[in-house]
Amino acid sequence: MRDRGSTWLAELQDVSFRYGTRQILDGVTLRFQRGRVTAIMGPSGTGKTTLLRLIGGQIHADRGRVQVAGRDVARLSRAQLFELRKRMGMLFQSGALFTGLSVYDNVAFPLREHTALPEAMIRDLVLMKLQAVGLRGARHLMPNQLSGGMARRVALARAIALDPMMIMYDEPFTGLDPITLGVIMKLIRKLNDTLGLTSIVVSHDVQEVTAIADYVYLLSGGRVVGEGRPAELLGSSSGWVRQFMHGLPDGPVPFHYPAPDYGADLLDGARESA
Amino acid sequence: MMSSLQRLGRMTLRFFARLGRGNLFMLRVLAGMPSVLPRFRLLVAQVYHVGFLSLPIIVVASLNVGMVLGLQMYNTLVDFDAESALGPVVALSLVRELGPVVAALLFAGRAGSALTAEIGLMKATEQLSGMEMMAVDPVRRIVAPRLLAGIFALPLLAILFSAVGIGGGYFVGVGLLGVDEGAFWSQMQDKVDWREDVLNGIIKSAVFGVVVTWIAVFEGYEAEPTAEGVSQATTRSVVFSSLAVLGLDFVLTAFMFGEP
Ligand SMILES: Nc1ncnc2c1ncn2[C@@H]1O[C@H](COP(=O)(O)OP(=O)(O)OP(=O)(O)O)[C@@H](O)[C@H]1O
Ligand SMILES: [Mg+2]
Repeated sequence: MRDRGSTWLAELQDVSFRYGTRQILDGVTLRFQRGRVTAIMGPSGTGKTTLLRLIGGQIHADRGRVQVAGRDVARLSRAQLFELRKRMGMLFQSGALFTGLSVYDNVAFPLREHTALPEAMIRDLVLMKLQAVGLRGARHLMPNQLSGGMARRVALARAIALDPMMIMYDEPFTGLDPITLGVIMKLIRKLNDTLGLTSIVVSHDVQEVTAIADYVYLLSGGRVVGEGRPAELLGSSSGWVRQFMHGLPDGPVPFHYPAPDYGADLLDGARESA
Repeated sequence: MMSSLQRLGRMTLRFFARLGRGNLFMLRVLAGMPSVLPRFRLLVAQVYHVGFLSLPIIVVASLNVGMVLGLQMYNTLVDFDAESALGPVVALSLVRELGPVVAALLFAGRAGSALTAEIGLMKATEQLSGMEMMAVDPVRRIVAPRLLAGIFALPLLAILFSAVGIGGGYFVGVGLLGVDEGAFWSQMQDKVDWREDVLNGIIKSAVFGVVVTWIAVFEGYEAEPTAEGVSQATTRSVVFSSLAVLGLDFVLTAFMFGEP
């Protein structure tokens, strides 16, 4: 492919995006290096999922450019976009397994839709992918019989079914017990390194991210407020970065939602009820 | 006064905007149809799903409707010494009106609501989004086969409704009330026209099949992706499709049976 040359598999340049009148992203520039695990961190609601949707071409930026493998995502035709998506895996926050299909059929789904492989070969591939996430034995289960961690692993197996060049994880660590968490962390790293993937991990779990990411972007209020290798960020002197990375309750991000003066507020209440 | 006028205006605008979106959606689905036809198994599974699951309710309801019809018509006809006309009266009511309409209403309640809920839930749980990210168009893969299945299934259900209903009318009229069996059937054969009555009834139910399934899949696809949104969409689906069936029935009846 002609895009092999660049170090960056995906790039967002000065991207802005809003839902209705609400500005979600406000001029962010992010780059994702080939073969690396890059994390995007930030508080809830800062537009991390939105970022992934932009990269996947499900929504388009109001301003700026989103490039994947050297192509401007917003400019692709639907067919070209679908071609590109076959080479991107995405793990949704909820797993998004097809509830009507078994584990096996879920993983087989992209293969059956996009290849003309005989069923015997699809079987081999599905078992291989399930083996990679340790769930070959669970192939007959239905999604509602899976625990949260298992569902996420199945979704992971499905996301790598077509051997993508890139995989995006939306909050892969939330709501897992410590053991499963360790399993998922190992898997993300292992798949990245053995399959030669490029990984984008969206999360707000500082510990997990600093353990597996090669590079981290910190997002807040629709802007990039910090970036660097995990160790650099942990040692950062910037107030906001320190507050987020060390989980301090008060700092540049106030503990209180904006409100009128406390004393005046209480007096108002007394006056109204009088 | 002004504000209620404004509200009316806003509701009208919203209705037409929705209708427009519905039509655009239908075009997308139709464009996806050709890719469904070769995937015969997908289609058969859906016909089973939407059609077969409505069978019990259709059979039970049609039997009851037929029996009630037999009883009521008998009571009226017997006053005119015309109880031998029970056969054609029951058959015509069912084949022309009750079969297509009641089957469509039941279908909207049973299969239509299930379709809306299924698609809405798939949307709420990001399954549709996930499919798109896997480079599979959910309109083709999920919506188109379901619409096609609904269009196939409802006419079959309506025919079944009429047949079982006539059986119910026969049971009450001939079996319980003593109408002459020969008269019941021969009069029916005499008065019910194949093309004029039966075929028109089937055409009606085919139209209802399109409308009910269309509304069902559209409401599901447009549902707000939350538990509450899905439940609202399901309600809307049943209400709108039932109203559409009743409204269209009048229009179709006027066209088909209106001329002397
Ligand atoms: N379809 C939508 N329409 C309108 N607003 C939306 C929509 N999707 C998301 N938003 C808003 O955009 C903001 C960013 O959403 P996003 O899902 O990207 O946040 P996030 O960083 O992924 O948060 P979390 O960590 O909670 O998943 C949120 O405040 C949300 O309310
Ligand atoms: Mg999110």
